[in-house]
Amino acid sequence: MEKKTDKNSYTIIFAIIMVIIVGGLLALTASSLKGKITANKEIEKKQNILYAMGINENDASNAKFITKDKVAVAFTKYIKKQLIIQGDDVKADDKAYLIDIKKEQAAIKNANYKRRFPLFLGKKEGKISYIVPIRGKGLWDAIWGFVSMDKNMVVQGVYFDHKGETAGLGANINQRFFMDDFIGEHLLDKNNKFKGIAVSKSNNDPKNNDKLDNEVDAIAGSTITGDGLAAMIYSELAPYASYFIALKN
Amino acid sequence: MALLNKKDAALIKDPLFDNNPITIQVLGICSALAITAQLEASIVMTFSVIFVLGVGNVVISLMRNIIPSKIRIIVQLIVVATLVIIVDLVLKAFAYELSKTLSVFIGLIITNCIIMGRFEAFALANGPWRSFLDGIGNALGYGVILIIVGFFRELLGTGDLLGLGQKLLGHPLLGNPIPGELSGLYKYGYENNGFMLLAPMALIVLGIVIWVQRSRNTSLIESH
Repeated sequence: MEKKTDKNSYTIIFAIIMVIIVGGLLALTASSLKGKITANKEIEKKQNILYAMGINENDASNAKFITKDKVAVAFTKYIKKQLIIQGDDVKADDKAYLIDIKKEQAAIKNANYKRRFPLFLGKKEGKISYIVPIRGKGLWDAIWGFVSMDKNMVVQGVYFDHKGETAGLGANINQRFFMDDFIGEHLLDKNNKFKGIAVSKSNNDPKNNDKLDNEVDAIAGSTITGDGLAAMIYSELAPYASYFIALKN
Repeated sequence: MALLNKKDAALIKDPLFDNNPITIQVLGICSALAITAQLEASIVMTFSVIFVLGVGNVVISLMRNIIPSKIRIIVQLIVVATLVIIVDLVLKAFAYELSKTLSVFIGLIITNCIIMGRFEAFALANGPWRSFLDGIGNALGYGVILIIVGFFRELLGTGDLLGLGQKLLGHPLLGNPIPGELSGLYKYGYENNGFMLLAPMALIVLGIVIWVQRSRNTSLIESH
């Protein structure tokens, strides 16, 4: 005799019930945890911004954010102004850090849309830094970061992160030995035109002593992540160049 | 193990050595190659697989008499995927830092052939307790290999180990907090081997592990 569990009707009913249970379970978990997850992401974003401007708890060789409980206070203390640049229009908005770069990048497919570029003004020990969020593509998935500059577009600090770059290789973009190389690097070339910073395998400057060459030393074994990172710096920071040039004059 | 009778203890012990899922059954190779460039990643992956395989085996075992045989593979896949997504969401809400370390491995857990293999070969035919032990045993067997490979790759490839390695080997020229100064082994001309970080070396390290294991226990050598 055919077993009960082999019948088509049983199979279909089983599949339907299973889908309902699993779907319900996942929806319930996702919606009940959503608030907490969003809050965590916002804290992380603030930690990233603060890290780039040098507010962190780095030890001798590892990158460490300031702890979660200190984030809110530090963010209001050090971030003096949040701006949104849209075309020629610059306005202050203290919710600028909530702008989703991914959505802004997607929105410009609509030709009428003018992309909003957030800019954070930080002040630490009397020094003003301009912090900009960037986002691009690595080897496997998205990479993003925050670049802190002075008014001459000289890098003061960076924080990079990634969604799924190879552990031990491309994933090392969020390690100090790579990120610290950017400090002091110029984004403008000698003629004050925007050039970006290339990630180079052959610049003959592994210790990155030359800060004017618009190049940092690449990580071995992560060519595509490095190229993606350089492309991200170029395409995401170039739109800000006119703001900085206007600032100078 | 006094807690377990001999047959149950074998469920934990066999996959650790003589029936190891990676070196003997040659399952789960893909993730073993992909994530072992760092010891930390290997350890995190080990714990994730222990959890998913332990719980998943129990769930499948409890359902074994009601799962329609025609769609059993799909049902197994759904169980793994659901578990993994729930774990991911819970981590994101309560242990955000850890979930970031894990992120890339979530997908890899779902595609890990050891998990489907144990569901299909063991949990569908055995009770929940034995399935649980089998799951834990296989996940540990998988983890042991991952950790061995990760240990050698990270140490020889980057000269680091869970952030402690520079105390063992000294500081290389690059990544040195005191610029221009070599210390430890590096003073005597030792250099990191970047090749260890690439996937082919994972295969070679794994090959060495398989060789050592088979030469110690010749009954494991397949005769063709």
